[in-house]
Amino acid sequence: MELIFEPWPWYVSGPMIAVIMLLLLMSGKNFGMSSNLRTFCTIAGAGKASDFFKFDWKAQRWNLLVVAGAVIGGFIAMNYLTADPAVKINEDVVVQLRELGFSTAGQAYLPEKLFSADVFTQPATLGLLLLGGFLVGFGARYAGGCTSGHAISGMSNLQLPSLIAVIGFFAGGLIMINFLFPLIF
Amino acid sequence: MVGVIFGITMFKSEAASWFRIYEMFQFKSFHMYGIIGSALALGVVFVQLIKKGKIRNFDGEQIIIPPKAMSVPRYLLGGLFFGFGWALAGACPGPMFTLTGAGYWPILVVIAGAVGGTFVYGLLKDKLPH
Repeated sequence: MELIFEPWPWYVSGPMIAVIMLLLLMSGKNFGMSSNLRTFCTIAGAGKASDFFKFDWKAQRWNLLVVAGAVIGGFIAMNYLTADPAVKINEDVVVQLRELGFSTAGQAYLPEKLFSADVFTQPATLGLLLLGGFLVGFGARYAGGCTSGHAISGMSNLQLPSLIAVIGFFAGGLIMINFLFPLIF
Repeated sequence: MVGVIFGITMFKSEAASWFRIYEMFQFKSFHMYGIIGSALALGVVFVQLIKKGKIRNFDGEQIIIPPKAMSVPRYLLGGLFFGFGWALAGACPGPMFTLTGAGYWPILVVIAGAVGGTFVYGLLKDKLPH
């Protein structure tokens, strides 16, 4: 039982993700989280601005339930299944991040610099979070899927488009971290 | 229920940690590659069994997975934008919701950005190369 309170190793987490995908497929659904962002837009009335948002969002209610479940799961995991949320990343990376000003690297789940409650009074940090989210939302819809839709579902089905998208994900991530982070932080 | 398991898995696997995403893009740990790789390895087996009809849906019918339409600019450019955001915010769409439940409120700003990005894509869709 105590193992549950430790971080789960990759060989437990990865297969669980595959089983989640399988359960969704067996229920006549598919595994894709970013589609919900489009549903949110539609519910907020974005159909007036673009035909892209004109669809029967009620058919996507099951996916909104997955979202609600993910929120509840995060709550349960954080409050009842975790003794210490610190993420033990590679020591070299800790040193590197501290130089960039991420003082809680190796001691927390998320960097204080970006995710502490103080950021609500820091417009520059809020701007970065908003920008990061914007790029995720825009990119996911442009590419037709995110990590769950392409890297897991699409590549499991050996889809070349998904491989191209994942190459794009990594190219973008590498450019951001190696070339843009030194400018931002 | 599947969502709850998904949320717990995302949090406990640390795939929802900004630090893990940074470390992944530095190629300094096998952890994230192990998660994605093992999910994929098992996923490929599941999909092959589905195509052979060995795994059927809960009503006992054949599962049809529609193929994705081919394009290079769409997936490459869209993927690039997504990658920029993934590395910056340290969260993809699934973990964003998990982190909300875990009580990291600034993630709500990221979600607001992601909904905004989705909306802007909807507006520009016909002007972008696909």
